[in-house]
Amino acid sequence: MLNNFQEFYNIIPILLIGAGFLISLLIEMYFKKSDVILPWFTILIFLAAGFHALYAVNSVSVIFQNMLATGGIVNIFYIIFTFGAAIVALLSIDYIKKYGTYFGEYYILLQTSILGMMLMAGAKDLFMIFLGLELMSVSFYSLAGLNRKRLKANEASLKYFLLGAFATGFIVYGIALIYGTVHSTSIDMIASRFYELSSDKLFIAGILLFLIGFSFKIAAFPFHMWVPDVYEGSPTTIAGLFSTGGKAAAFSAIIVTLGVLFTGRIGNILMPYLAVISVLSMFYGSIVAISQDNIKRMLAYSSISHAGYLLIGLAAGNSFGVAGVIFYLASYTFMNLGAFGIVALIEGKDESNLTLKSFSGLASRYPLLAALFSIIMFSLAGIPPFAGFFGKYYVFIAAIKSNLTWLAILGVLSSVISVYFYLRIVVLMYFKDAETDLKIDVSKTGLAAVIISVLLVIIIGIAPGTIIDLIAFFFK
Amino acid sequence: MVQLIYLTTLLPLLGFLFNGLFGSKIKNEKIIGIIGSSTIGISFLIVVGAFFQTLSMPVDQRQTIVNLFTWIKVGNLDVNVSYQVDQLSLLMGLIVTGVGFIIHVYSIGYMHGDKGFGRFFAYLNLFIFAMMNLVLGSNFLLLFLGWEGVGLCSYLLIGFWYDRKFEKSTTSDAAKKAFIVNRIGDFGFLLGIFLIYLTFGSLNFNDVFARAASLNIPQYVFNFIALFLFIGAMGKSAQIPLYIWLPDAMAGPTPVSALIHAATMVTAGVYMVARCSIIYASAPAIMEFVAIIGALTAIFAASIALVQNDIKKVLAYSTVSQLGYMFLALGVGAFSAALFHVMTHAFFKALLFLGAGSVIHGMHDEQNIQNYGGLKKYMPKTYVTFLIASLAIAGIPPLSGFFSKDEILWSSYADGNIIYWLIGVVTALLTAFYMFRLVSLTFDGKERFGHDKHPHESPAVMTIPLIILAVLAAVGGFIGIPEIFSGEHGNQFDNWLEPIFQPAQAKIAMFGVHSSLEEIVLMVVTLVGVIGSIYAARYIYIKNIKPAEKLSKRFNGVYNLLLNKYYVDEIYDASVVTPIVKGSEIVLWKFADIKIIDGLINGVANLIEKISGSIRKIQTGVAQFYALIMMLGIVAALFWIILSL
Amino acid sequence: MLVQYIPVFLVIAVAIVFAVATVFSSEIFGPKRPTQAKLSTYESGMKPVGTTHERMSVKYYLVAMFFIIFDLEVIFIYPWAVQFKKLYIENGISVFVSMVIFLVVLELGYLYAYKKGGFKWD
Repeated sequence: MLNNFQEFYNIIPILLIGAGFLISLLIEMYFKKSDVILPWFTILIFLAAGFHALYAVNSVSVIFQNMLATGGIVNIFYIIFTFGAAIVALLSIDYIKKYGTYFGEYYILLQTSILGMMLMAGAKDLFMIFLGLELMSVSFYSLAGLNRKRLKANEASLKYFLLGAFATGFIVYGIALIYGTVHSTSIDMIASRFYELSSDKLFIAGILLFLIGFSFKIAAFPFHMWVPDVYEGSPTTIAGLFSTGGKAAAFSAIIVTLGVLFTGRIGNILMPYLAVISVLSMFYGSIVAISQDNIKRMLAYSSISHAGYLLIGLAAGNSFGVAGVIFYLASYTFMNLGAFGIVALIEGKDESNLTLKSFSGLASRYPLLAALFSIIMFSLAGIPPFAGFFGKYYVFIAAIKSNLTWLAILGVLSSVISVYFYLRIVVLMYFKDAETDLKIDVSKTGLAAVIISVLLVIIIGIAPGTIIDLIAFFFK
Repeated sequence: MVQLIYLTTLLPLLGFLFNGLFGSKIKNEKIIGIIGSSTIGISFLIVVGAFFQTLSMPVDQRQTIVNLFTWIKVGNLDVNVSYQVDQLSLLMGLIVTGVGFIIHVYSIGYMHGDKGFGRFFAYLNLFIFAMMNLVLGSNFLLLFLGWEGVGLCSYLLIGFWYDRKFEKSTTSDAAKKAFIVNRIGDFGFLLGIFLIYLTFGSLNFNDVFARAASLNIPQYVFNFIALFLFIGAMGKSAQIPLYIWLPDAMAGPTPVSALIHAATMVTAGVYMVARCSIIYASAPAIMEFVAIIGALTAIFAASIALVQNDIKKVLAYSTVSQLGYMFLALGVGAFSAALFHVMTHAFFKALLFLGAGSVIHGMHDEQNIQNYGGLKKYMPKTYVTFLIASLAIAGIPPLSGFFSKDEILWSSYADGNIIYWLIGVVTALLTAFYMFRLVSLTFDGKERFGHDKHPHESPAVMTIPLIILAVLAAVGGFIGIPEIFSGEHGNQFDNWLEPIFQPAQAKIAMFGVHSSLEEIVLMVVTLVGVIGSIYAARYIYIKNIKPAEKLSKRFNGVYNLLLNKYYVDEIYDASVVTPIVKGSEIVLWKFADIKIIDGLINGVANLIEKISGSIRKIQTGVAQFYALIMMLGIVAALFWIILSL
Repeated sequence: MLVQYIPVFLVIAVAIVFAVATVFSSEIFGPKRPTQAKLSTYESGMKPVGTTHERMSVKYYLVAMFFIIFDLEVIFIYPWAVQFKKLYIENGISVFVSMVIFLVVLELGYLYAYKKGGFKWD
């Protein structure tokens, strides 16, 4: 019984969110004022789960007949997901009001998607990963098209669903091939037999298909095509979640499944694949972002290019690289949520202020927003002392340690290109006169969410050593 | 209390955030002032607590490292944000928070009614935050962070009245000058830190100093490290040739001059050299260099102070001169004497500046001492406290300045080099002269101001800090009474710091043996000279102003040379500033920048924009096409990886 | 290795043969008396002219979806019920509890659909 109790104690974050979304259903059904209660209830659930994950970060165990892992990097992922989702929920309170009708499903789907991510990060079995993936993806598809009166939202939802299902198909196909060669879906089993099977073409094809499926989710070239359209069509807050939580969850699935590749015990046979799509994503993302006029599309391409930087850490194939990737994900989550948060605040009721023009001269009218956005842009561009710099720094260092100096150099080059479009916004805000007559009423909760993200970006930038130490301690 | 030391940086930071974010919204000066001062006050109490706790520990356990969090960890470089609480940092912490608190309180009165009241307290709190990081940091990187932080605050506060004129230009020019000159020093400092990391493989004080004492490292490496670090100190502590920013820094509000440009920040260089005493002890040639620079700065600045007419300018050059004393002490290996002077100087110079602020306040922003006179009957409290500070800086026993100055003079004599001692004594005479010229012209004699001015005593919130500082300036020297007077207890101050400097002292050749009679004779000689100097100043500037005018006419050349500060600013302008400005305009800007760099960058940028414009067309918006691209990607990846197995 | 796939191949072969045979045999043996109605696209009489994207009421999909969801749950419950005795001996009451939790979650979803008017036809 004690053993059972410990098991349940360790997965309190998952239980909390599982119970949370069921209770949310009840709130949505029986409370007239659910539009006031539900957002705060959702935030409370996320924070409770997040803080428990933080508190129990040391209780490393494998539970439920070798199905779920807890503690360690799993909990670090939980923290990223839940805190990120809490910020999304805080941003959404005023944002989704502009759709006129109230959607209680929004918060429920937010919770189920986070539950899915958490199952992926904690999975010890390919079935668990698939279950989590589907839970997350189906929630995402619905969230993308939630504003069903808007044609673009419908388009986004449908495209995301079609292409997502297509990619999921490959993941299942990959899992089938892996099961066919390993005769097990247990991740530990796969890891222990990885070396002997690493010349088995079917096995490697399975692994590769699995990886390709997740390359879609992390928005890596050439599986990125859905990204700009979906980000543009979805609610801005949800696009923020796609680009952060979705990406982090996919990386968590790759890391937990193929962790054995990245600990340096066996050669990283997938390095060529990872390195090539990393380079392509970085450059494609940063180059095409330059010619974007819509801020959400620009952020979409920036998301593609960040997927490339993250893949450098995996291509490096050592524990520094993985620790760097997790660190990068944490910092990227908060800075990108901040970026989408500000776009959500500025875009206006009819979403007419999405062009870059709307940002010109922002500093004179909304100095706080401009300052916050500048910090985020500096961080995304990877300029010290903000969190984004250290994320890039750690993955580049990891690449150099694995003798992939050329990859690190290409990464730096791509960063230089990306500085152009990030800082162009800062220039527009501070050095140009206003071109449009921008009038927005800044929502208090939304602003609070953005300020929290920026503070986190700064804090991570001040004390990166502590965080990377913590991650590296658990991933050896 | 020692474990709570992080609060001494956290509280000022919170104060900065509060006043910085809400200062302009809160119209109530009381709230801003109380929050701004109380954060420093509490920090001071914590440092006092830590001091007594450390005092109760055995001597060999008086160093505590308070580790907060890992800052940067890359390869071998492992830097924590951690504070080192020991005798030296506690001493500096007491000065910074103690004097800082008094000046914060004083500022409530001085800045009353200023439109930037909240901003002022925000900057002041930020300064204390940076300064405490500087003195408490347990590694060079944290020291450097604080070092840059105080530089930034100094820049912000010098240009605080950005809309006011200052001399021929604006306050922001003065701020820029301070910043740029400091950057030159910081460059050297940074090189020194790099070299330390290269040599010792660590940036932690404990590791570096232990390795410096034990490892066998070539002499020239020590010389370079010590030299680079000293270049940093030259900038921050206003030594020749980088002292030129400090007189201009008087453009800032007077409390700033008192806190930053007299009591604390400018002594950071002294602190840093003292902290690295073991490195300097291993580089005797650089020690000699430090002593020479210190001695030259001391006498050079004192001579300029003789003829200045702006009350704050006199004090500014006096500060430069006193800092020279401190470096002279460091250079001759009397580290604790230097720190003793840092402390006493913090008391009396802060007092002098605050007194000057009180005078300026009472005289409605008039700063020219030729337009004062006879103020003692209008502002008696200011007069008495100012007089005490002047006697202290002149070195009249038993005021604090006597003991610290005497220890420095004795050390330089005992070091065996009579020239240092001579320069020190001459500087002391000059100091006494210009201080009493200042006192006489300001408080005594006839009233030389117009009838439109109505001098008045400052409010209690300003005079009480003056009185507290006056008490400190008067009795502060007793903790460092030299051995010949205090007998078996020895010099308490030296005893306290002894464990810090013990390794360095062991490395420097011991002082030659001198009799205590010698010490007393020298003391008396100096004292007689100083008293004579004071009398001369009072005689000339109160009773008989004619000889002074005659003298200045007769030595018109010398007088003008001094009045114009040896034309150093002009020389710098002609030899350094103008060539750089012109050169950068013609060669770097018009040719290299516009033609080559801009051309190249714009070319590349244009190219990338063109590429970008053409690639974006891939994004057609047709879902089937997207799926096709994905499929192609999958096929390519599969073929490539599988075939390469 | 391929031996074990022989039955699969056999099924595929039979399927192909069967399909081809039926199509062609009707072509060969069947009588052909074409009329106007028979030659039209849909012999049911539906006119093949107009928009191809005929709109259907979303309620059809809803009902179909609900059916599939609740139908699928039966697949979970059925093997559990069959094996219940054995599982109960091995694992005790938790076997029962876990199914109750599953059903509660399921019923909550049902309730939600009901409350939101998912079963209202008009």
